[in-house]
Amino acid sequence: MNMLFDGLPRRALVALGLFLAVLLVAPWLVNAYILSLLVVVLYFAYAGQAWNVMMGFAGQLSLGHSLYVGLGAYAAAMMFTKFGVNPWVGLLVAVATTTAMGAIIGFLAFRFGIGGVYFAILTIAFSEFVRVGFDHWPWLGGSGGLFLPVANLSSNDLLNLRGAPIMFYYVMLAMCVAALGFCRWLLGSRLGYYWQAIRENEDAAAALGIPVFRYKMIAVMLSSAMTAFAGVFYAFYYNNLFPEQIFSMGRSIEIILGPIIGGLGTLIGPIVGAFVLTPLADGLSELLQWAGIDVPGVKQVFYGICLLLVVVFLPNGIWPMLARRLGLEREH
Amino acid sequence: MALLEVVGIGKHFRGLRALHDVSFSIPQGAIHAMIGPNGAGKTTCFNVVAGVYKPDGGSIRFDGKPIAGLRPDQICRAGIGRTFQVVKPFPGLSVLDNVVVGALNASASVAQARKEAMRVLELLHLADKAKHPAASLTLPERKRVEVARAMATGPKLLLLDEVMAGLRPTEVDEMVAVFRRVNQETGLTILLIEHVMRAVMALAQHIVVLHYGEKIAEGAPQEVVKDPKVLECYLGEEAL
Ligand SMILES: Nc1ncnc2c1ncn2[C@@H]1O[C@H](COP(=O)(O)OP(=O)(O)OP(=O)(O)O)[C@@H](O)[C@H]1O
Ligand SMILES: [Mg+2]
Repeated sequence: MNMLFDGLPRRALVALGLFLAVLLVAPWLVNAYILSLLVVVLYFAYAGQAWNVMMGFAGQLSLGHSLYVGLGAYAAAMMFTKFGVNPWVGLLVAVATTTAMGAIIGFLAFRFGIGGVYFAILTIAFSEFVRVGFDHWPWLGGSGGLFLPVANLSSNDLLNLRGAPIMFYYVMLAMCVAALGFCRWLLGSRLGYYWQAIRENEDAAAALGIPVFRYKMIAVMLSSAMTAFAGVFYAFYYNNLFPEQIFSMGRSIEIILGPIIGGLGTLIGPIVGAFVLTPLADGLSELLQWAGIDVPGVKQVFYGICLLLVVVFLPNGIWPMLARRLGLEREH
Repeated sequence: MALLEVVGIGKHFRGLRALHDVSFSIPQGAIHAMIGPNGAGKTTCFNVVAGVYKPDGGSIRFDGKPIAGLRPDQICRAGIGRTFQVVKPFPGLSVLDNVVVGALNASASVAQARKEAMRVLELLHLADKAKHPAASLTLPERKRVEVARAMATGPKLLLLDEVMAGLRPTEVDEMVAVFRRVNQETGLTILLIEHVMRAVMALAQHIVVLHYGEKIAEGAPQEVVKDPKVLECYLGEEAL
């Protein structure tokens, strides 16, 4: 436990505590719209954190993370609707499925020396394969979608993840906190050092005794395992799954924008990114809707502009700059 | 028995004969040098020993075991540390973290690796740069980080590829002193590729000379530098 907070200046601890406290009471202070927005923010913070393990820590670019969200979602939804298995047990099936998928992609790529851009393309290709597969799998609804029975929203059933948005909010918040702590631990461990070495220079990493293949595999598998939870959550929060949507490349991009804009490879970056991007994009489309302007693709254009601004003005992302300004940086 | 025993290794790159039938051996605790003109195959020889390239033929024994064909990380774990002629730092990591990655090879925990890394940084006069990002260093400093990282892996044999290049004479003498000290105190065996003859003459007990991928001479430094074949292809330019 000690290690998690090692080297953090006092004010960083205070800021972290305050932020968490605000998030803990927030649902009781905001309206339903803001609450639903916050759920989405936390969802992206979590998914971004999971993606960041692979790209931010180990330098392996996945542009197909919606694959793991989708597989996780379908695995748990299948267990629930077809076999009556509760989502927490379903989560185990989801994790096993996404981890196996990650292992297959990682093995094919790393075993045959596919890296960089080609690896990224491979992740997209797999995502598309699987999407088409689910589109044509009638047992799970095919392209017509898979639906979870919507329960009475007035009672919260945590075991079956049936209930009001506020329950989902706290579940997601707990997962975000857990993911943050876990990633902090990872980064300070042997694994974290090895990953960063591989990210920075593979040849040098190998020359220092690091079995590069094995540690890249671990990164992909761990990241896909973590992402499974985002999928399970998605399934039980939205109650409907369409291959077209959940496996789409656009969803993958949405996952990775947060960490990139917040600060790639940092622990707080994915959280900052989610808190900046999601409300802005949503607010913008609300605003346009209110003004009666209907521009298709406005969200994508907005994401594009944000990405451009960050790449040009803050190439390391928002968080490293913010941390420095506010004196919240970790001491080494 | 020799710590490293290289027998008849060769390496071709698409018709280019980078190494041909090269043999040499290094006894435990010795400092040897490998010299030769540009493109002679010195770095290729290191890469073959360190597992970056598989030799076309021949055998390599380290510490009594055959190592030809092993991967670079396996060879590092077997006890051979190496630096890269074209430095490959981890630019985004601090100098300390660069060396910690190396030290983890021989440490049971991250805490222990940090301690070991700090010790090596002090040895190489880099302690005051520990927290700087590696990307901010000058080239000679980066070369020293290369050395520190390789040393931190706890090797029995250290392969140094032109780590003195670009140093001022006083800095060369400083590095020479460091290597001599480590060699005497810990018995670390060293093979260095070097064009800086000042360092070679000060450190090496034995020199191997490569030319067009072949070993054209070897022996005690005083004799090798007088060898007509060596003078003709390499040292001659300066001597004449
Ligand atoms: N990966 C490679 N592919 C093709 N040719 C290579 C490769 N590596 C080295 N060579 C060639 O092999 C020959 C030997 O190169 P090497 O780098 O071993 O020389 P060197 O003795 O280290 O020279 P220098 O003193 O300039 O560092 C050169 O002709 C070089 O161009
Ligand atoms: Mg060379």
